[in-house]
Amino acid sequence: MQSFIDSLIASGIFGGLPAEAVYPAMMFLFASLVVFGFVLPLVTITIWLERRVWSRIQSRVGPNRVGPQGVLQGLADGVKNILKEDVVPDAADRPLFVFAPYLLVWGFLATFVVIPFSSALVIADLNVGILYITAIVALSAVGVLMAGWASNNKWSLLGGIRSAAQVVSYEIPAGLALLPVVLLTGTLSTQGIIQAQGWAPWDWFLFHSPFTFIAAFAFYISALAETNRTPFDIPEAESELVAGFATEYSGFRFALFFLAEWGSLYVTGAIMAVVFLGGWQIPTGWTNNTVVLNIAQLGVFFLKAYFWVFLAMWIRATLPRIRVDQMMSLCWKYLVPLGFVNLVGTAVWMVIWPEGNAFVPYLMVVGTLALTVIFFRRVLYHLRRAKPELYFNPAI
Amino acid sequence: MASSIGQYLKHAKEAAATIFEGMSVTMSHFVRKPYTIQYPDRTAVRVQDTLPLRYRGILEVDLEICTGCLACERACPIDCIVIDAPKDKATRAMLLSRFDIDIAKCMYCGLCSEVCPTGSIHHTTEFEGADYSLESMIRRFVKDPVLAYKAKKGEETDPLIAPILDRGLEFLAEWAEPVDMKKYKKAQEEAAS
Repeated sequence: MQSFIDSLIASGIFGGLPAEAVYPAMMFLFASLVVFGFVLPLVTITIWLERRVWSRIQSRVGPNRVGPQGVLQGLADGVKNILKEDVVPDAADRPLFVFAPYLLVWGFLATFVVIPFSSALVIADLNVGILYITAIVALSAVGVLMAGWASNNKWSLLGGIRSAAQVVSYEIPAGLALLPVVLLTGTLSTQGIIQAQGWAPWDWFLFHSPFTFIAAFAFYISALAETNRTPFDIPEAESELVAGFATEYSGFRFALFFLAEWGSLYVTGAIMAVVFLGGWQIPTGWTNNTVVLNIAQLGVFFLKAYFWVFLAMWIRATLPRIRVDQMMSLCWKYLVPLGFVNLVGTAVWMVIWPEGNAFVPYLMVVGTLALTVIFFRRVLYHLRRAKPELYFNPAI
Repeated sequence: MASSIGQYLKHAKEAAATIFEGMSVTMSHFVRKPYTIQYPDRTAVRVQDTLPLRYRGILEVDLEICTGCLACERACPIDCIVIDAPKDKATRAMLLSRFDIDIAKCMYCGLCSEVCPTGSIHHTTEFEGADYSLESMIRRFVKDPVLAYKAKKGEETDPLIAPILDRGLEFLAEWAEPVDMKKYKKAQEEAAS
């Protein structure tokens, strides 16, 4: 990036502008390009995918009219939201009310800085990458709390407070679940963690040991709670709090809340892919073309990230919302102790097998496959009992 | 102490097992054919054509067989039917100069079609009545005054009117046939058992 800007300055297209002015301007341009050219389509498609997956599970059709199979539905909804009146209630704390959605979006957009989409495609490979993600994600909690408080509405306030309690609690198990991997790799950099893994499932940290396997799911549950996803969507529980912290918002700001929610869903999937699923790792040696290699890595990374995104959608269609006290007891009585067990267990594991056990990863891959087979046998059992008309075509 | 740890592990195990089972149920729903139909443009058959003859949709009048008896106008509880049936001065025959039904007012009770002697006024299976103004919701069936229908003794012989009259009488028969409560109850019991 820097060398690219240097070459631009050397070519003289900026005239006599000082380099100190060119760098921020180019960075700003690049960030805007990333947001509008990459994040917005990504979120749009994620929302569309969620609505389609959800409706198929509920025996509905889902949005399929705007664009091919309704992919552009998000665009239509976005235009609708932007054209709507932007209402700020009289009793609201105006500056905070106006600022809160931007903080929320900022919190999830900033995580894209350290997500490595391929071996070359990463905006900044920070040496504190994972720590940076866990820290910056907490910004959205501030945004939610700010929105809840500034709306001057009981539903909003309850939603904001619940969200703050939730995020503050689940930061701990999320951090604890990432620690075993940090122990194993000795680095916090996202690229470093990916390079410590391989392309094959038995080289992934998910199957490194039973402890990392449990840690992966503990992190996933905590991440679902942090991004306010069902079954932890108590801050915006429709049946209790209307729309929680977003109750008083309309128009563009409401759209920003949605952008942040589904954007952070993708970020969750991406972190899972980076930390536990080997990120962009693919078999090497079949091509020397860097561009082809990077595109293949990008494809593999998206596949892995969207697996977890799909799982979150599927969970949302399955599980009912849990109560506030249940959420707290799940966090403090189950996930936090589990996190410490994983941390100590991984440390012991590293003392016994410093290079990793040669046998256990294969066993865990086989075990996971067996579990998948059992799962699909249960699915077939339910299908046999209901004898429904099947429809496998994703297009409708 | 030991039992409480057992309880704790049992809770965790139950949570995992029930989520596993629940996810398998939703996955089995994921591959099923959606029950919803894509009304109005992507249905195999027009929805109107799948409805039964007794469906009480928007009213329609066959002016060819309307006798101008005004029974429907009198039967209508909310006066949404307006008929003008003056006598032609020269021929002393009954004319129909106006037959308006206000669809916006109509409550689809079906009293008018029950009293019609020829089945001229009847419900269709059409239900798409959306329009831009209340004025255009009024269905005006008479453009130029026409002669009212006069029932013949015996069979209708006019080849243009006979099929229309047959259709009208078919509508009447649909309405006139009372539901046999004994048969109905028996069918219900059979369905229950």
